[in-house]
Amino acid sequence: MTSRSKFYLNRQGRAAHVFLIPWQLGFLLITAVPLLASLYLAFTNYDILNPPEWTGLENFQRMIHDDQFWASVRVTLIYVLVSVPLQLAFALLLALILDRGLSGLAFYRSAFYLPSLLGSSVAIAILWREIFGDDGLINKGLALIGIHGESWLQNPRTALATLIVLNVWTFGSPMVIFLAGLRQIPDELYEAARVDGAGVWRQFTHVTVPLLTPIIFFNLILQTIGAFQTFTQAHIVSGGTGGPANSTLFYTLYVYQQGFVAFDMGYASALAWVLMVAIAVVTALHFLVSKYWVFYGDS
Amino acid sequence: MERSVLKHTGLLVFVAFMIYPLVWMVVSAFKPPEQILTEPGIIPSDLTFENFKDGWHALNRPFSVFFVNSLIVTLASIAGNLFSCSLTAYALARLQFRMRKVYFAITLASVMLPFHVLVIPQYIFFSQLGLVNTYWPLLIPKFLATDAFFVFLMVQFIRTLPRELDRAAWIDGAGPFLTFWYVVLPLMRPALVTTTIFTFIWTWNDFFVPLIYLTRTQAFTVPVALNSMVDSETQSGVGMLFAMSLLSLVPILIFFAVAQKYLIRGIATTGLK
Repeated sequence: MTSRSKFYLNRQGRAAHVFLIPWQLGFLLITAVPLLASLYLAFTNYDILNPPEWTGLENFQRMIHDDQFWASVRVTLIYVLVSVPLQLAFALLLALILDRGLSGLAFYRSAFYLPSLLGSSVAIAILWREIFGDDGLINKGLALIGIHGESWLQNPRTALATLIVLNVWTFGSPMVIFLAGLRQIPDELYEAARVDGAGVWRQFTHVTVPLLTPIIFFNLILQTIGAFQTFTQAHIVSGGTGGPANSTLFYTLYVYQQGFVAFDMGYASALAWVLMVAIAVVTALHFLVSKYWVFYGDS
Repeated sequence: MERSVLKHTGLLVFVAFMIYPLVWMVVSAFKPPEQILTEPGIIPSDLTFENFKDGWHALNRPFSVFFVNSLIVTLASIAGNLFSCSLTAYALARLQFRMRKVYFAITLASVMLPFHVLVIPQYIFFSQLGLVNTYWPLLIPKFLATDAFFVFLMVQFIRTLPRELDRAAWIDGAGPFLTFWYVVLPLMRPALVTTTIFTFIWTWNDFFVPLIYLTRTQAFTVPVALNSMVDSETQSGVGMLFAMSLLSLVPILIFFAVAQKYLIRGIATTGLK
């Protein structure tokens, strides 16, 4: 290496540290220190007014006997396991319908994407409350055909379903990602398959699906991580309670209740760490299992 | 031919079904409150602006306060993300230094980190500094490149720019700072636009962070104000709720109409919502 290029490398190194001042401060103050601090708090009893008191594993033992904790785990898992696959199925189906040579693509894409853009807002959660309310849109519609509707939000068996419907309603953003992925599949592959005598179905299962698996995987990871952290909709629809009968007590809502309503910040930290570990484990599992079904062209 | 007519009919019916709730919200906002829950149709028999007038003053401050608050937070967040993420992305994408790969890996990993695991210590930290009920807890993270998604987006974008341009600037004697400012930053425009749009939408919609830090009505952003209207909801309040909810979505709808091209491209390339 010449001294001249070494000089440039040093200069780049020094410049990089200036460029990275905000990021390094952020990593330290906003991410790393809080991450470690919440790990410490997870083993304490802390109400923000008095100094934290070390309690060892007590918070974690408390979880085992905490019915609300288990209710929130159950609600969140059902939500993730039902709403994410449903949402992605709609996204993929509509992307396939819109994909090849359909006129008006831009219009349909925008129309289906709009709910994704608005879906996480308080305004839409309020709208959902009114749609599924006792005198809401759904029940008025059912009344027109002579059916007496449920009280969807008051019934512990149906309240969570309304939020699953809300998540499925926002299938537009994964759909747009699928559409972009479908565009990447070269036409030659379909032509080759046709020459080999493959019909529409075989083209779909042998060309489209394998080449789309990386995109399906990407959407799956993204939507799963997002679904685990659902908060706004559950808070608004249940008025912050997670009711009726804990049926919309999403995990993050429970963390919020413990941390910022009850100010039991030690327990809330322990809960948050359990969530983080759960998300990490689920993501790692996805990556492990992906070896068996995700097809990357070069392997 | 017939098949495509069938396809379009099916799709249009489905679009109507998907969009119906939004249309219902718009129409309900203009209906007299007592008709909203008795008439599910979307053709109102009476039009009124009462809901907007009442809703605007439903809390002990007018909604103009909350809209201004939301606008301040949103614009400052955009400035923060553009500033901090572009600096970080340039260093990670173009400059040679020892920890580069480690830093990039940390940035990627932090995308997956749930916010809830950080929020309690952050809250303690900001409240000890006396910053509860100010916008600093919402804004400081944006100026410190903590929205890793945008760093990632910009790194990917810078990598597509031809390196010869940087080299030419270096040969002409421009250092990293001048190269960044005069060569790379102007070329990054599409990535900066995408960052602006998504920061706008996410910050405008953000509920959890303002809910925690903003407890005085005067400091509320629009979503927190809507939440406190829900808490005091009565039968006659449904119209006001619809009217204010609708108004809260107007800025996003305007962005959607103006910047659709960038939005679609943004999600297609990065998977942002």
